[in-house]
Amino acid sequence: MKKEYSKEILDEIGAKYPQASVKIHAPRRIYIRVARDDVHELAKFLFMEKGYRLSIATGIDKRDGMEIIYHFSHDPSGTYYNIKTLVPKDDLKIKSLADFLPAANWIEREIHELLGIDFVGHPNLIPLLTAEVWPADLHPLRRDYADEHKELKVEKTKEDR
Amino acid sequence: MKRIVPIGPYHPLQEEPEFFKLIVEGEKVVDLEINIGYNHRGHEFLAQKMTYDQVTFLVERICGICSDSHPYAFVLAVEDVAHVEPPPRAQYIRTIIGELERIHSHYLWLGLAGHFIGYNTVWMWVWRYREPLLDIFELIMGNRNHYAINKVGGARRDILPEHYGQIDKYLDLLEEKNTMFTKAVLDDPVIRARLENVGVLSKEDAIAYAVLGPTARGSGCAIDVRKDDPYDAYDKVDWDEIVFDEGDVLAKAKVRLLECFESIKIVRQCLRDMPDGPIETRVDEITPGEGICRHEAPRGEVFHYVRSDGSNMPARHKIRAPSFMNIPSNVVAVKGYSIADAALVLAAVDPCYCCTDRTVVLEDGKKKLTGKDLLRLSWQKTERLRRRYRR
Repeated sequence: MKKEYSKEILDEIGAKYPQASVKIHAPRRIYIRVARDDVHELAKFLFMEKGYRLSIATGIDKRDGMEIIYHFSHDPSGTYYNIKTLVPKDDLKIKSLADFLPAANWIEREIHELLGIDFVGHPNLIPLLTAEVWPADLHPLRRDYADEHKELKVEKTKEDR
Repeated sequence: MKRIVPIGPYHPLQEEPEFFKLIVEGEKVVDLEINIGYNHRGHEFLAQKMTYDQVTFLVERICGICSDSHPYAFVLAVEDVAHVEPPPRAQYIRTIIGELERIHSHYLWLGLAGHFIGYNTVWMWVWRYREPLLDIFELIMGNRNHYAINKVGGARRDILPEHYGQIDKYLDLLEEKNTMFTKAVLDDPVIRARLENVGVLSKEDAIAYAVLGPTARGSGCAIDVRKDDPYDAYDKVDWDEIVFDEGDVLAKAKVRLLECFESIKIVRQCLRDMPDGPIETRVDEITPGEGICRHEAPRGEVFHYVRSDGSNMPARHKIRAPSFMNIPSNVVAVKGYSIADAALVLAAVDPCYCCTDRTVVLEDGKKKLTGKDLLRLSWQKTERLRRRYRR
């Protein structure tokens, strides 16, 4: 038997969020676009009630905003349900998932420092990967970063000298 | 009184430098803080400035131990974007290399774990039988590591029929030795006492922290990408998923040891069933779109997300290595155990744990313990247990 996505879960999501748009890229790769305010509730529904696993979240700097894709994996069927949402650039905020999902802790910290998205309600939103001396308002994965900071020099601390 | 035992932050021999700050009360670990990022190289950023063929080589450099898994997952993701189907022979070749790599990675961990609990014989023996495997890699691909076998649309090198015999011969040797190691580890009362009920990660915590690979399978979560979301030749061969419910270090060691048998089974079947034919398809264009693929690396699921805008470079490339999910689970796994066990528990998820070489204990701003002392503490505990069992 070839494994595939389940139609029931898509119907359930469609009934809950009528404005969500679903794209089926391949039998095991589903992309669902929802509004920013629905993400927390939908993620909670997928994780707590359906037992989906949050694999990772991807942040993308796009022209019309920052896109976050939460990749939820349903392991028995081997399907990825990717929850996409767009965060406008003038209000870079989204509700954190870390209150019910410990796995989201590091994932959100990474996106926060690389793209500068604020996760509201995160318990410990400090830089994860960049150096301690890295400026807090500089986000290296943004599109404008590479052009503006070609000559960037990070100020050295006393010990480094 | 609370004291801090820092482990890390960097070891020059292996990648993945991590800094564990163990907060201890007497001998007991009460909390753990983890710092990573000492080796942040900006691969995701670099990948956006390289062509698809170059990125395959770039992601191979992410990890030195499982250097096949990242390019494997990447080419699968690109093939998912463009709906490319590699020829069957290429699928079998990639599967074989992926499985052989799992064996060598698990053996590396087993050797290090043996060294850490004071069983240097285990260390030497295991690594002795890992060595011929690296020779086979060199035979097939010209390199002991960083094999560069993956390519979008196929495999870069063929496995020549005259090499089948040598691979078979090695698999026979390995099967015999792996049986020996499994018996040695499971029958030795001291090893059992050191590993059993140490660093228990319950199933609930495993789900909450979304751990992967042998860490999850040792805690009763049957997650294996090769079974759940089969790719290449994995659904054409017959093998079993190894799952244990205990969640302790012994369960993780058992998962890794028994998985080696499954890998041997997979490679044998692949060699037997491998069809003739071309090893790559021509890929002219990567269509705009997005693709996700994952590969079950020795440590768990490697995740790659690729977005294409139709050019010859990925517009966005997201990489998630399994240790990124496994390491945070140490916070719950290590709590309540002694310092002598801590190093072993932190190592159980198979991160780079030689970092402990640079351990120092600070008390009132002065160095007190070094990495060697931590090793000594661990060895002393084994020695005590040995004496107890001798009586």
